[in-house]
Amino acid sequence: MADLEDRQVVDPGIDESIAGLTPDRIERTINRVLTEETGARLQAYLQTCVHCGLCAEACQSYISRDKDPDYAPVAKVKDTLWEMVKRKGKVDGEFLHNAARIAYIDCGACRRCSMYCPFGIDISYMIMTVRRILNLLGVVPQYLQDTTNSHAATMNQMWVQQDDWIDTLMWQEEDARSELAGARIPLDREGAEIMYSVIGPEPKILAQLIANMAIIFKVAGADWTMPSTDGWDNSNMAMYSGDFETMGRVERLHWERASELRVKRVVMGECGHAYRGAVYDGPRWLGWTKPPIPMVHAVEYYYELISSGRIRIARKIEEPVTVQDPCNIVRGRGLHDKLRYVVNAICADFRDMDPRYEHNYCCQAGGGLINCGPPWKRSRMKSNRVKADQIRDTGAHTVITPCHNCHSGIEDIIGFYKLGCHVSFISELLVKTIEMPDA
Amino acid sequence: MVDCGSWDWTIGKRAISDLGRVHDEYDEVHEWAASPDGERVAAPVLAAPDTFAIVVNQERWDGEFEKAWHLAFTPDGRLTALVRIDDEWTLAVDGEPWDERWEFAWNPIFNRDGSVIALQIKDNMEYSVAVNGVPWQRRFHSSRGLAVSRDAGRVAAVVQVNPLAEADTVGFFEGTWSLAVDDVPWDATFINAYGPTVSDDGAAVAAEVRLGICEYTLAENAIPWEQRYGCVWEPSYRNGSGRLVAPVRIGGSWTLAENGVPIWGGRFMQLWNQRLSSDGRRIAAVAAAGFGRWTVVVDDRPWRTSFDDLVRPPVFSPDGARVAAGVRRGGRWSFAVDDRVWPETFDMVWDPVFSPGGGTVAAKIERDGKYAVAIDGRPWSPWYDQLWDPTYSPDGTRMLIRGVEGGRFVRHVVGVADRFQA
Amino acid sequence: MYELIRGPLLWIGFIGFFGGLLYRFVTMARLAKRERVVLPTFSARFGLRSLAHWLVPFGGANMRRRPAYTLLSWAFHIGVLVTPLFVMGHAVLWQEAWGFRWWSLPAGLADAMSLVVVGVCLFFIVRRLIRPEVRNVSYPSDFVLALVVMAPFLTGFIAHRQWLPYEPMIIIHGLSGVLGLLVLPWTRLVHMMWFVFTRAFMGSEFGAVRHSRDW
Ligand code: SF4
Ligand code: SF4
Repeated sequence: MADLEDRQVVDPGIDESIAGLTPDRIERTINRVLTEETGARLQAYLQTCVHCGLCAEACQSYISRDKDPDYAPVAKVKDTLWEMVKRKGKVDGEFLHNAARIAYIDCGACRRCSMYCPFGIDISYMIMTVRRILNLLGVVPQYLQDTTNSHAATMNQMWVQQDDWIDTLMWQEEDARSELAGARIPLDREGAEIMYSVIGPEPKILAQLIANMAIIFKVAGADWTMPSTDGWDNSNMAMYSGDFETMGRVERLHWERASELRVKRVVMGECGHAYRGAVYDGPRWLGWTKPPIPMVHAVEYYYELISSGRIRIARKIEEPVTVQDPCNIVRGRGLHDKLRYVVNAICADFRDMDPRYEHNYCCQAGGGLINCGPPWKRSRMKSNRVKADQIRDTGAHTVITPCHNCHSGIEDIIGFYKLGCHVSFISELLVKTIEMPDA
Repeated sequence: MVDCGSWDWTIGKRAISDLGRVHDEYDEVHEWAASPDGERVAAPVLAAPDTFAIVVNQERWDGEFEKAWHLAFTPDGRLTALVRIDDEWTLAVDGEPWDERWEFAWNPIFNRDGSVIALQIKDNMEYSVAVNGVPWQRRFHSSRGLAVSRDAGRVAAVVQVNPLAEADTVGFFEGTWSLAVDDVPWDATFINAYGPTVSDDGAAVAAEVRLGICEYTLAENAIPWEQRYGCVWEPSYRNGSGRLVAPVRIGGSWTLAENGVPIWGGRFMQLWNQRLSSDGRRIAAVAAAGFGRWTVVVDDRPWRTSFDDLVRPPVFSPDGARVAAGVRRGGRWSFAVDDRVWPETFDMVWDPVFSPGGGTVAAKIERDGKYAVAIDGRPWSPWYDQLWDPTYSPDGTRMLIRGVEGGRFVRHVVGVADRFQA
Repeated sequence: MYELIRGPLLWIGFIGFFGGLLYRFVTMARLAKRERVVLPTFSARFGLRSLAHWLVPFGGANMRRRPAYTLLSWAFHIGVLVTPLFVMGHAVLWQEAWGFRWWSLPAGLADAMSLVVVGVCLFFIVRRLIRPEVRNVSYPSDFVLALVVMAPFLTGFIAHRQWLPYEPMIIIHGLSGVLGLLVLPWTRLVHMMWFVFTRAFMGSEFGAVRHSRDW
């Protein structure tokens, strides 16, 4: 039985929107998505699943909730999409309320279960189809919808105004210069080798990360730039709310900006879902099989800098650290080895989690979950007790999280389960450990 | 159009400025900007700690600034820079800051002859637009995106006219955005508005507007088209007829619509960046004929060649007869002209420039960190350390090359012949 | 009656089976045309790599986690696929129909494999009843399908051993076999065909596109 407390959460984005729906609109919308927006892939998944439940143990929410069968991946599809198909779209408000909770809160679209299903059925794809339907019905958790609205209005995740963006970069440039003379954040430098992209929360609440990067780029002698106007943020909650039009608009602008700046590649800050949006979901929605210009995740870039000797590590972090493999860059890009190379290079006492690599457990914050906001925080925490156990077992004092969602999600878990450690981005450790020129 | 008839078209090379000396003189020299006629080259420099100046050729502008960036030459050759003075921002034009200053100012744009300079401003936490130094009366909750008509100097901005409380998702869908044209907002609001466009004569203003969760259309002078689409992209006006065209998505695929009616039979997986010939008759756009098959469509006919990575916005020859675009295939950049791909590939390409008669195509290219001008797909000029887009003389017989060689910014006028003659 | 089954009915069974699969395949292929994103990202190499890992017992992490299930399920599938093709009694049928002989299983082995199929079907049914995560997603049809698969193997085995009167048993055996053939394309048993595609697609997604492994 799905958690009682969760079922009672009131979220105006879900409940008030459902109140305004007519049965006719629900039916039409569901059937439109099922016939016009999906095809063979969904049909094959629906026909192939043998209801064997082998995917259950892939999911952190199932494990963390004492194997409650309602949290098995297949159950999440059964209680949403299967029913919609079976009832030919004739579902009621209560059903939608339940479906919204399952699709937006209980599944992080992490795809771990696709590695456990013998047929490789993509549960996360089906959950995203449910989200697409709910989005078209306007049934989206309020905070997630607000973030999507921010993307639609400002092309960034956090309602950052255009002047605030430029101002923040200039202010971070000054901060970086106070640490390292001559550090710059070159704006709109056409023809630079690298465009560096970050996500909305950086200028808004974690601006220091941009200064860190300016220092790292300076030490590495990189030829880089950042756009002074919209298109700098490729993070994408619209991708997770099901508003694919807005998702595509954001990613198009991002790639167009990179193309106008004539950069050879884009280095993406430490974020997993933004990487996913810019490299997979965005391009595919827009018609590209791959990103039009190569994109390198920060982990890959740090690896490149350290392994080639362009930056040198002067001292190592002594306290025990562990690392969270972000789904979108590990299961989604195979960066686990490079990640460990970087971590080992800057930390003396690295302790791995178990399971790890592609088999890591999701942080239960990605996939749009953390953006569903405070009403759902307890639910997220309950769904990831297993992550708390994993971290506790390592005995690490610092959990390295090269992803914004993992960073916030793990921070929440540490607080909720009183693990007494803290989280850190790689760049925060790098600026403490790299050899500064004439310093 | 930039009036380049009055420029010095005498064949020969002139060193305009010794950039090396500027670099020696200052701790920091930021990005260089070159004037269209190649007579001036300018960059912000760090004159003292936290103090910036602007160096033009070897001379410094009189004033000093707390910050100076975004150097841009107007089409008529004046140098503009965004500058901060006493914690306030304004635009400086040829060394003279505008009288008015604001909390923030950014994104200066120019009309065709440079007589109109518009920029976005923030004043007392509110947003607006300033034109030639004079701010609009009205203030808005936000503004994003600015457009100016090429000839008339009419200015339009995407503005947020209604306030929106934090996480107010209901209010958002009631519509808070609109357009403001020369200080007057449209009396219609939309969920979102994008891609403002003003017709050349300034008579009409259009933008993409969003009317529902997944419901978009185009609006012209505040009136939306009757048709609704799953998605749309930014519109353009056709010279001559004054009609509005835009890519629209109908039933999952894209086509081009004019005043609400599809005018192309072709349906594409993607369609955007439409460009018009100068008489407004011909339309070329970037399209994905299929997944990962990018190409150019000219008047509804897609090219046969396609590109897996990227196609840059197409460029028409002045007479509208030919179309060229920068393309990226298999990770290498090249050019395609009238459905023919040029064989040489480069590390990077800039947008092609047609000769006035349309017979040849020139463009800036990059290889191994050096830059040259390519003509008809082959490197033609020597390789420079830095280079700006080439410009043809009005009669098409000569070309102005602006580049940096041996630390000096040079202005080089050469005859356009088969071979580059120094 | 027996002649009817081994004659026309069997043909109906085969035609229904292959016809059904073909129909499903064609309609799916037609539907797949709209799937603009799937085909271009398909990679034979990574698709096969993934299939190989999932066809070999213990080739995937989830298989290693549950060794008993893996072995049972593997033996079951081998039994289901191999026994009907190579059991001695069927070899005679093939020979009569097409006039060629082929290799057939020793009777004892065939019996054992049939028993394995029957046994594992029972195991599946019991598992469906007692494991909450499986019971939760089980429909009556899931139990019926297990019985449909089990029936021909059980009846074939009984008939061969002649524990019950041969003639009626072999008739039931034939009928249940034909029934199995006929329903397969229209039920979840069609995973026999689709799994190749779903697995290979996931293998391509993980391997070719995302540089990671899906086992
Ligand atoms: S959270 Fe991950 S493992 Fe769980 S159902 Fe969703 S995609 Fe599968
Ligand atoms: S999704 Fe796969 S593992 Fe899960 S029940 Fe269906 S077939 Fe079994």
